Amino acid sequence: MASLVGSRVERKEDTRFLQGKGRYTADINIANQTYAVFVRSPHARAKIKSVDTSKALKSSGVVGVLTGKEIAEDKIGGLIAGWAIRSEDGSEMKVPANPPLAKDVANFVGEPIAVVFAETLDEAKEGAEKVKVDYKVLKAVVDPAEAMKSDAIHDGVDKNLCYDWLLGDRKAVDEAFAKADKVIKVDLINNRLVPNAMEPRACVVDYNTASEEITLYTTSQNPHLSRLVMSAFGGVAPENKLRVVAPDVGGGFGSKINVYNEEIVCSWASKKIERPIKWVAERTESFLTDTHGRDHVTHAELAVTNDGKFLGFKNETIANLGAYARVFGTVTPTYLFGPCATGVYVIPAAYSNVKAVYTNTAPVDAYRGAGRPEATYTIERLVEKAAMELGMDKTEIRMKNFPTQFPFKQTLVHTVDSGDYVAGLEKAKQMADYAGFEARRKKSEANGKLRGIGVSSYFEACGIAPSAAVMSLGCGVGLWESAEVRFNPTGQISVFTGAHSHGQSHDTTFAQIAADELGVPMENIDVVHGDTDKGTFGMGTYGSRSLTVGGIAIVNACKKIVAKGKRVAAKMLEVNEDEIEFKDGEFVALKSNKKKTIGEVAFACYLPGQRDEMKSPIPEGDEPGLIESSFFDPANFSFPAGSHICEVEIDPDTGNVKVEKYTAVDDFGRIVNPMIVEGQVHGGIAQGIGQALHENTQYDETGQLMTASYMDYTMPRADNFPEFNLGFTCTHATSNPLGVKGCGEAGAIASPPTVMNAVIDALGGQEISMPATAEKVWKACKAMKKSNAKAA
Amino acid sequence: MKSFNYHAPKDVKDASKLASSSSAFLAGGMTTIPSMKLGLASYKDVIDIKNIKKLSGIKVSGKTVTVGATTKHVEVAESKDVKKAIPALAKLAGNIGDAQVRNRGTIGGSISNNDPSACYPSACMALNAVIHTNKRKIEAEKFFTGMFETALKSGELVEAVEFEIPEKADYQKHPNPASRYAIIGVFVAKHKKDVNVAVTGAKSCVYIDKDLSKKLSSNFSLSAIEGAEVKSSGMNSDMHASAEYRANLVSLYAKKAVEAC
Ligand SMILES: Cc1cc2nc3c(=O)[nH]c(=O)nc-3n(C[C@H](O)[C@H](O)[C@H](O)COP(=O)(O)OP(=O)(O)OC[C@H]3O[C@@H](n4cnc5c(N)ncnc54)[C@H](O)[C@@H]3O)c2cc1C
Repeated sequence: MASLVGSRVERKEDTRFLQGKGRYTADINIANQTYAVFVRSPHARAKIKSVDTSKALKSSGVVGVLTGKEIAEDKIGGLIAGWAIRSEDGSEMKVPANPPLAKDVANFVGEPIAVVFAETLDEAKEGAEKVKVDYKVLKAVVDPAEAMKSDAIHDGVDKNLCYDWLLGDRKAVDEAFAKADKVIKVDLINNRLVPNAMEPRACVVDYNTASEEITLYTTSQNPHLSRLVMSAFGGVAPENKLRVVAPDVGGGFGSKINVYNEEIVCSWASKKIERPIKWVAERTESFLTDTHGRDHVTHAELAVTNDGKFLGFKNETIANLGAYARVFGTVTPTYLFGPCATGVYVIPAAYSNVKAVYTNTAPVDAYRGAGRPEATYTIERLVEKAAMELGMDKTEIRMKNFPTQFPFKQTLVHTVDSGDYVAGLEKAKQMADYAGFEARRKKSEANGKLRGIGVSSYFEACGIAPSAAVMSLGCGVGLWESAEVRFNPTGQISVFTGAHSHGQSHDTTFAQIAADELGVPMENIDVVHGDTDKGTFGMGTYGSRSLTVGGIAIVNACKKIVAKGKRVAAKMLEVNEDEIEFKDGEFVALKSNKKKTIGEVAFACYLPGQRDEMKSPIPEGDEPGLIESSFFDPANFSFPAGSHICEVEIDPDTGNVKVEKYTAVDDFGRIVNPMIVEGQVHGGIAQGIGQALHENTQYDETGQLMTASYMDYTMPRADNFPEFNLGFTCTHATSNPLGVKGCGEAGAIASPPTVMNAVIDALGGQEISMPATAEKVWKACKAMKKSNAKAA
Repeated sequence: MKSFNYHAPKDVKDASKLASSSSAFLAGGMTTIPSMKLGLASYKDVIDIKNIKKLSGIKVSGKTVTVGATTKHVEVAESKDVKKAIPALAKLAGNIGDAQVRNRGTIGGSISNNDPSACYPSACMALNAVIHTNKRKIEAEKFFTGMFETALKSGELVEAVEFEIPEKADYQKHPNPASRYAIIGVFVAKHKKDVNVAVTGAKSCVYIDKDLSKKLSSNFSLSAIEGAEVKSSGMNSDMHASAEYRANLVSLYAKKAVEAC
């Protein structure tokens, strides 16, 4: 039987998605439900003097109004920061309370203050308009670079500083810099991004007055974790009285990791008003309150020798956490950022210092790539600039500093198990026709256009797990993953996974791996996820972890099924277990060539008794049934890597940047489904080009979000992209039995510096910040013309 | 969205009778519906005019092209008659917003709304259009009175827009990357006697650039406006584009339009 792993199997989930049959949270309606509308702060920073709900309560159709006062009285806990980060001086990070409904102060525009429940959505909206909040508006802190010099917005958080973190050795770095021929410096802004999942957040809560169980349908990337957090920290209900279901979810990109205010409030309130509740975010609410991404201000330096060897690296970054520290908010700019900031290079000495600050803006958390795009942008801008300043070829300087021995002990934290960075860059050069660039540049020039080429080589640590490592770095939980494989008596198989698919195609890829392990057709397998009542437990999907952690748990559970099947088959065929071979779904007795299919064995497992000549197939010591589970905790992160090359053409008259060519060569280890992996890479590159050229989150100085709709926030569109040119190299990961590496974030990690390096190359080295919008580029072109004229 | 009374009259008279200070006509709904959903506008009566047959359609006479108020952008873009008589008008309609907007948005809605960055108003100005309403005929120049403001009186309904067929014309637009409205749009039309250069997106309301028009009227060629300076004073400056950038685009796109004529 041909292996399914490695083939372009069409996506099982597409049938329902393409026919409009997906079942999303907003599609769920429960008899007698009420509709929730939240009253949100219109101010970025304000004291809440009073909240008057009397008029709202009398409004037509209103069933209830709840505020921060009631939620505090019921001792419902707030939102949490999932990772404890220590400052360089050893002190603990400063985390302010983040109540689900703000009671005394509002800290960003959109922060919920009260909630109104009514019989219809319109009535709930009317009611919400009648809630009178008396605010005393305070001066907002908006700019992260200014935050440490501004008023403290949270009690007990001096200078708005959450932590001042250091990774690496300052002294060693100073010594390395002292030996340098040249020091390359960059000042960078990693622009804030709004994740913009296609499906806005939503929740539907059903409280069962008889069983006292709450069922929460929600747009979550990690329903089990949501239940744990709501139970342990929110105190909403004990875990066994709380069922969290994340049905089809239309994209997350990190913004649906957190347990949000609305889910906590609606779950708590449903029990209080004894009615089901439905809440669906409007797009503006998504813009204002979904966790945002990036938002770093960085100064970084690279010490080099004249022949292009890297000696040392330093990185001083201010990371904007927004108003509150959320689940991955504190780790994203530290352990997900700092260690990767030295990139794919041998750099003897390095440090990363990150100051995380609070501001009166939406909370910032993990967003596709989380920390690693910021890291890659930092080092790859430096490397490109070094090549320019040293007059070296961009690819040569990279090759010169690549490690060639694996495992590669990277400067700061990671030991990279496998890779071949040289092969990746060589292949990318070939595919991009790197050698032919100068001719193309000349051709563009003849047409009055500026052409540039940019390279970026990246690695990233993903597949997060391993529990031992992440817990030692401050994570509040272990990050293993679980699976349960149920072989039903009549031969179909249900695979339960703790990972969650919100665009990653788990229905298909997980079925491919299980089908290969069990030797059955894929059609017999259903992948079940997203429901705490179905399956064991799980940590969910983010950090490119589903396959490398969750997928391996499935493999291991399947192996246990086969192991038990062998014992049972041996008994059925009356031979010793070691005489049985399992192949292509059949247990074969090697000597007699008698066989039992895995289906027959499964059926037998459910019929353990004896009747007439039939003997029990269950060996002594074994139990009936054929269900196995596994909890997998890998020994290491997975380390995908690669090189991307981008070519842009600039119209100096308008400043329009056209991405002419984009080549990506990635090493994701063994690939389960090339079509799906290509889709992941396409999406990631699109997001990265969006960050580099288009997406521009802007707050004004009072903390109002200026770009809170698609009329003002530029999402990249299909006509902004060329056909992507993808290639792969393959070194197997040694940290898991399939040899796989994560692929979900790589595109978004590698592409922003690739594009910006190309833009800056076209501009003759003139640095501009992301997003390189037409006007910014036009201004740079004008400056270039001026300086060229001067030189002439 | 607040609840409202929905009406779908069959003729202009009924539509006009239903209108009041708290009503809105509903054509494509591309502006009206989002503003109602966002709570920026609310009406007691919404008067859907799409069922009024006489408001839709395209007619070409010897000298003019007349487009009915509820004619959709896609219909203008794809009309063989428009493509033949005033190709620039078909091109303009074909580049409005995106496919969804073009499939619903109408010319009547566009000019009545008079968004400072809408495309059609520039065509009206450059093509000496006459706006036919149920009460009177208004020249384009007098129709667009300010930002989101027109000469229309309460209850007055645009029935059609009559464009003069030029000798040559072209429309050039620098789209806002987010909304795809015009950051600036320049409509150049060469008529028998003179040339009009109409600009949208640059200021609070569409206008004729008199200097460029004059220069091109006396000599319709690229060289006539090669060195012409477009001043940035009075131009919009916002997060999408500074006044200086807009001024640069006006002069650039005017040239592009002349070149394409
Ligand atoms: C995403 C997006 C992008 C867009 N991009 C562009 C662009 O690039 N260029 C451009 O020009 N436009 C653009 N538009 C505007 C769009 O093309 C429509 O023209 C505009 O939204 C209004 O037309 P409508 O038919 O939808 O009018 P409606 O929304 O139905 O009505 C708008 C207003 O006009 C009034 N009205 C409508 N018809 C009449 C009438 N016959 N008489 C009197 N009053 C009337 C209504 O009462 C209302 O006040 C864009 C719109 C969107 C949503």
